[in-house]
Amino acid sequence: MTWMMFLSKSAMAGGSFMPPQGSEVSSQVDNLYSFLLWTSLIGCAILLGGMIFFVVKYKRKTDSDKTPYISHNTFLEFLWSFIPLVLFLAVFAWGWIIYHEMRTVPDNALEIHIFGRQWSWEFVYKSGKTVGAEFVVPVNTPIKLIMTSRDVIHSFYIPSLRLKQDAVPGRYSMISFTPEKLGDYQVFCAEYCGTTHSGMMAKMHVVPQADYEKYLMENDEGLSLADKGKKLYTDKGCVACHSVDGSARVGPSWKGIWGLKDHEMSDGLKVVVDENYVRESILNPNAKIVKGFPSGVMPPFQGVLNEDQVNALIEYIKSLK
Amino acid sequence: MANQIASDKNYINEYPGIWSWLTSLDHKRIGLMYMISVLTFFLIGGIMALILRANLFVPTGILKSGDVYNQVMTYHGAIMVFMVIIPGIPAILGNFFLPLQIGAKDVAFPKLNLLSWYVFMAGAALAVSTFFTTKIDTGWTFYTPYSIRTQTAVVSMVIAAFIMGMSSILTGLNFIVTVHKLRAPGMTMGRIPLFVWAIYSTAIIQVLATPVLAITLLLLAAERLYGVGIFNPELGGDPVLFQHFFWFYSHPAVYIMILPAMGVISELISAFSRKTIFGYTAIAYSSLGIAAVSFFVWGHHMFVSGQSEIAGVVFSFLTMLVGVPTAIKMFNWLATLYRGSISFQSPMLYALGFLFLFAIGGVTGIMLATIGLDVHFHDTYFVVAHFHYVMVGGTLMALMGGFYYWMPKMFGKMYKESWARMSFVFIFIGFNVTFFPQFILGAMGMPRRYFNYLPAYESLNRISTVGSWLIAAGFLISLATIIHSLKWGEKAPDNPWGAKTLEWTVASPPPHDNFKVEPIVTAGPYEYR
Repeated sequence: MTWMMFLSKSAMAGGSFMPPQGSEVSSQVDNLYSFLLWTSLIGCAILLGGMIFFVVKYKRKTDSDKTPYISHNTFLEFLWSFIPLVLFLAVFAWGWIIYHEMRTVPDNALEIHIFGRQWSWEFVYKSGKTVGAEFVVPVNTPIKLIMTSRDVIHSFYIPSLRLKQDAVPGRYSMISFTPEKLGDYQVFCAEYCGTTHSGMMAKMHVVPQADYEKYLMENDEGLSLADKGKKLYTDKGCVACHSVDGSARVGPSWKGIWGLKDHEMSDGLKVVVDENYVRESILNPNAKIVKGFPSGVMPPFQGVLNEDQVNALIEYIKSLK
Repeated sequence: MANQIASDKNYINEYPGIWSWLTSLDHKRIGLMYMISVLTFFLIGGIMALILRANLFVPTGILKSGDVYNQVMTYHGAIMVFMVIIPGIPAILGNFFLPLQIGAKDVAFPKLNLLSWYVFMAGAALAVSTFFTTKIDTGWTFYTPYSIRTQTAVVSMVIAAFIMGMSSILTGLNFIVTVHKLRAPGMTMGRIPLFVWAIYSTAIIQVLATPVLAITLLLLAAERLYGVGIFNPELGGDPVLFQHFFWFYSHPAVYIMILPAMGVISELISAFSRKTIFGYTAIAYSSLGIAAVSFFVWGHHMFVSGQSEIAGVVFSFLTMLVGVPTAIKMFNWLATLYRGSISFQSPMLYALGFLFLFAIGGVTGIMLATIGLDVHFHDTYFVVAHFHYVMVGGTLMALMGGFYYWMPKMFGKMYKESWARMSFVFIFIGFNVTFFPQFILGAMGMPRRYFNYLPAYESLNRISTVGSWLIAAGFLISLATIIHSLKWGEKAPDNPWGAKTLEWTVASPPPHDNFKVEPIVTAGPYEYR
């Protein structure tokens, strides 16, 4: 019963276990959730309260107790079929209305393209600006996210918006919303996609319109080569598997590997960590596997990164002493 | 009565030796063989669950890598679904008691029955063998294209599931024919116990739905082995098609898991209230109703998969309809308690525990069926909590309750009531401590199948992990109770509970061919007057 108390408390606070609301739709979802919590509580109270009342009241007294023969009661049976049916249909209709709202895209929505891949998100703006790990949207503007996947199925999930959509390879899907509160929002991958599924996260920043425009104008010009590499490190999702502080993740850390003379591979080969080794390891990662790490995990980046980007990443790795 | 003449010979000791068991055509022996195999798999799947929960005790995870976690998660799911819950009640209790309850000497096709056990074991052996090769990390759902791209032993596992599905079809077929052809004189369809109605409805689903899974799994294997482009988008296939096929079986399959449990509960509540069941017809037809509607709701697993919006809304509507027969059953059980003579022996405690957990599983099911809300809950811990409330809180509670109810009949031994009650207390409390926090985690947005997680989710995950230890303790107590009972238990009378169904009219344990004299049935199954 403690749990019931817990539940009711949460319902009174407007579904306080739900994450902070980031849009109009999310507060509608929470209203429906609160309604369902309350009706569920009442339903359970009738059912379980009745059960507890009966088992206490009609506890066996002697082994020869006689019980009445009650085979059915049409009126009662009608009631407990009909009332749930009406309730369920009402809830269905309510859910449908909200879903319809979620799926209706305003004409002037700002479109952003999303690519899922093992195990990072990539966001592409109309201007061609491409980012990963973090993306920025303007507040109070309808947004339409058009998504697909480069490999397996992923699912783009922002708890604060109460929105989720699978990114499926070979087809486009979309969600739309209007962010109403400034702030940083957590993005998860909700569809199981392998080794680092739980690390496939991103952040959405909701900022004022002016800041958004400034953000769009920002580009890599003026950044040092190593800083460009650092940006690619998060944007291209290297961060999901490679640390820069020496700790082991799915792949080897980048800290201090530059210039190693006897970097040991799983087949015993010792290599020098230089430009050509790093380049090969990015574009064709399964050619050489570092000792102690599994093979076949990292996808090849041949065709995903151009020479300038590979170069910038190499410079970044050089800087990680 | 003739069936109660004392005799030393029963189905257990009539034919000695291990070979007599392995070649036995006796439905009771086959039921016990299923019991031993399923309990073994349950132990393995349970250990996997404990490893998963232990890993989630800290946000960074304890296991070596995400890969290990994903493999353990896959084996936990696949073993528990295909090797424990689906065969659980029908193959153990159904095999043993369906013929006894309708006054038959055996099932309609005893050889087929034995074959289905061997087929099941062959599939199970293949499934377990993958553990010693490259393992498998797809989750029990085998979603494409991940299952096409992963390096692990997908083909062996799907063929194993295919083979076990075959066994499921054979068992279902056997039960359908048995119910239609072997009822004792006077045992009309309106007089068969509700457990039989439930197993019968289940059997229909098994026969109709399982072939679809078989085809799907074969297509997946063909795609992996020969590069036939059906589900793989790189070859022009459609990965969402796989989900449609998969859930077309696997949604009815959750009713394969829960309907038999509902049957057990009907028996328990009537027997321990010493009162005729309220609304026999409504319960029987609601089983068939659930079975029928279950074929048209698969799309509620796919609200955010990219299926069309109209499809999503229609599936949401149809799913709501399943709630009605389920609610009818709950209220009928409640009404059966009214003015009963209720005892609190351990099978009844499990039945009451079932009502409690199933009520929570049911209302959260309605939340998930509500399409606008499911977009948030889908693939979060809310779903994990919901289906554990239904599958474990429902099916496993019923299996344990049914087991304690029928154990005196199966082995002719009583068990220590106080131990059995203690096992219930641990399992029931442990279950709520484990899974209730997961509803909250899901509402907070924690996705499922995560090897590590954000620190905000830590405290609830810790509570959940502690709960899993309580459940484990409860099952260990149950195991001790069973072993103690088999070894030192008092001899069980023929009808220790004063129940009215036919299996209690024969000796405990029953003789080899059940009824020495064919019973003539003149009344319904719950005539407590």
